[in-house]
Amino acid sequence: MAVRALVTRKILRAAPLGFRGLQTFSLPDLPYDYGALEPAISGDIMQLHHQKHHQTYITNYNKALEQLDSAIAKGDASTAVKLQSAIKFNGGGHVNHSIFWKNLAPVREGGGEPPKGPLGWAIDSHFGSLDALIQKMNAEGAALQGSGWVWLGVDIDLKRLVVETTANQDPLVTKGPSLVPLLGIDVWEHAYYLQYKNVRPEYLKNIWKIMNWKYAGEVYEKECP
Amino acid sequence: MPFWICNKILFTVHLPITHALSLPRIEKIMAATVAAAAAIASPLKCGGSFSSQSSPFSGSTRSFHWRNNEKQNVRKGGRGVITAKIDLKPPPYSLDALEPHMSRKTFEYHWGKHHRAYVDNLNKQIVGTELDTKTLEDIIVLTFNKGDLLPPFNNAAQVWNHDFFWESMKPGGGGKPSGELLELINRDFGSFEAFVNEFKAAAATQFGSGWAWLVYKANRLDVGNSVNPRPSDDNKKLVIVKSPNAINPLVWDYSPLLTIDVWEHAYYLDFQNRRPDYISIFMERLVSWEAVSSRLEAAKARAVEREKEEERNKTEYEEGDEANPEAVEMYLTSDAEETDD
Repeated sequence: MAVRALVTRKILRAAPLGFRGLQTFSLPDLPYDYGALEPAISGDIMQLHHQKHHQTYITNYNKALEQLDSAIAKGDASTAVKLQSAIKFNGGGHVNHSIFWKNLAPVREGGGEPPKGPLGWAIDSHFGSLDALIQKMNAEGAALQGSGWVWLGVDIDLKRLVVETTANQDPLVTKGPSLVPLLGIDVWEHAYYLQYKNVRPEYLKNIWKIMNWKYAGEVYEKECP
Repeated sequence: MPFWICNKILFTVHLPITHALSLPRIEKIMAATVAAAAAIASPLKCGGSFSSQSSPFSGSTRSFHWRNNEKQNVRKGGRGVITAKIDLKPPPYSLDALEPHMSRKTFEYHWGKHHRAYVDNLNKQIVGTELDTKTLEDIIVLTFNKGDLLPPFNNAAQVWNHDFFWESMKPGGGGKPSGELLELINRDFGSFEAFVNEFKAAAATQFGSGWAWLVYKANRLDVGNSVNPRPSDDNKKLVIVKSPNAINPLVWDYSPLLTIDVWEHAYYLDFQNRRPDYISIFMERLVSWEAVSSRLEAAKARAVEREKEEERNKTEYEEGDEANPEAVEMYLTSDAEETDD
């Protein structure tokens, strides 16, 4: 299943907002069926998560961008600044979920297979073992109050792996400008509630069975050659 | 009066408080906490009566009595050890009473798992500490710690929030309020419809986890010696606020009247992603306006009581100074060499 482009460019002459075309966004296809990640994550959750939650972030992000574009064109600084939280919420939601879908893979397509190569070695060297990394991420994910994400990232300046959490839909980069996400786990309740209810630790335990380490490794090798 | 003198006074007066079975370290912790509180307290209020000591914690809806710790929640554990136990209070209706608007299944998880976990985890966190014998509201304000949250805050506030939330609803709820509550709503929002719209908007736009609230705000500033020079009932208003995660309006010194839980676990089983539908059903079918009205009565009474107390303290302080000018002088001289801890 081809991944549709994340971006569609509005044709210049149709754009109602000046000569710059405003890029708006559309929902990317999942690289697998909704049910393909079972039993770790149910098809119901995948469908709601993708078609409702992610789509809503995109819809609201596009709306905020149009309002921002208009405010900038008019020189309305106050409105431009006021829109920043909507941009961060919804744009962050779009960015984070786009990464999340690529972080997961059905078992038959390699989901759950441990990392090899440079990322595997970096994990062993920095955390001691893959298991230790997983324990750490699960502990931080379980302890996160409210809504947010737990990340495995790489600091491209220090050439170091990091485990971080972010609140709400804050992207990893809000924790450090040189941080690039390799894997993110959504710990908003919508990510697991229908299946796991209040037992977030169980969701965290099971999601590693469908973790797409191949994708994480590719990003790592690209950012830290 | 310099605050370190207040330190001394407080220290001296409060040492005997510790109850018979306390461990020595609790005395130390209490003294340290009292000193810390006094250090933050406004110096001008130091001479006032202790019952309304202006600690930053007087923001709780019950005033913070260092000397008379309300031990309502103290139970005797085994072997004569006193341990505090915050209870998991059941909702004032059966778990299926709010069907079909809020399902029994939701209650089984929301009350039976989430709320229960907050209670259990809080008790684990406070047992054997100086928070052990405090009321839940006092624990909340203490651990809010002026925004620098201490670990028990999340659990304590969430226990309180959920108690308050269950009591904000009733079977056959919804409809319109009446009486003074409706009058104030009309005064402060223009109309009941305008209030409903604003409340729904707040609940829908609380991003991530959190709560939306109707509160009674008796005009106060968060400065110990602030006084409204022309207090009037018009300054006391109904206000809608929203808060993230566990934060609640007690920490802002407001009196909560109504709340809706907008953490996803509150509505996901019944409404999935459709938070606005959940909010509408809550307003139309679940709100207990009786509860809101009686909370308003209590809030107004508290505000009046607090104003009276402040008037009393102001007078006492002024009289105290005039009555004992020499006493003040004496303290200044004899404590000149004191060093602060």
